[in-house]
Amino acid sequence: MSSPISPRSPIELPRRAALGGLLAVALLPAPARATPDGMAAAIARFTGGATPEPGGITLDIPPLVENGNAVPVTLAVESPMTEADHVRAIALFNERNPLPQVLEARLGPWSGAARIGARIRLATSQRLVAVAALSNGRFVMTEQQVVVTLAACIEG
Amino acid sequence: MAQVLLRVPSLARRGEVIEIRTLIQHPMETGFRPGADGTVQPRDIIRRFTCLYDNRPVFEAALHPAVAANPYLTFTIRADQSGVLAFTWEGDNGFRQTETRAITVT
Repeated sequence: MSSPISPRSPIELPRRAALGGLLAVALLPAPARATPDGMAAAIARFTGGATPEPGGITLDIPPLVENGNAVPVTLAVESPMTEADHVRAIALFNERNPLPQVLEARLGPWSGAARIGARIRLATSQRLVAVAALSNGRFVMTEQQVVVTLAACIEG
Repeated sequence: MAQVLLRVPSLARRGEVIEIRTLIQHPMETGFRPGADGTVQPRDIIRRFTCLYDNRPVFEAALHPAVAANPYLTFTIRADQSGVLAFTWEGDNGFRQTETRAITVT
């Protein structure tokens, strides 16, 4: 497609300058960012290498988030929370924030229920994974895709 | 001293599972965000939250920069005796604050 503006047009220079500016921005070192691999590594550190089984834990978060600066999230596991059968820990991970971890909580039979809530930051639309460690040594997980329209101001 | 909001029932029946809601005023500066002068602001977050029930640890959370400013946390405990709940937030730059609430179990 040919531009209606001739190459000698005075508009050309600012446009070139703008292009150069864009290039300069693109060449800046990218900020640290969690990746699906980074999240998998963080989950493996939490589980000690064990692969969590899907199901048995609920991750409650709005699927469409308007403001990524404070997103309410609830993590819950159906468990009798007895000495013999309880949830030891619950952790939340993300795929595309600068760091894959969000929070880890330690629970026990004294918790009465395995249910925690928090408000978190989301840098962009991404997948969240919740993992719970059970007293029998097993790990369960669930994942949730979240769309964020206004990202948390992580990159300024 | 950072302002703290705690929602803890003061009365509970023995064996009842009670929900506790906590919020503390804190910027939770991520360490990834440039400030007004263009330089990256150093990290300043709360790293750890603990709840002791008569000096027995009943809840502990490790927080990362992905936790929103003014960290809000909810969790549950089983009320089994009258006593004191102590909530402690610890973080960067030597941040440490403890609040206590008494609970009567009938």
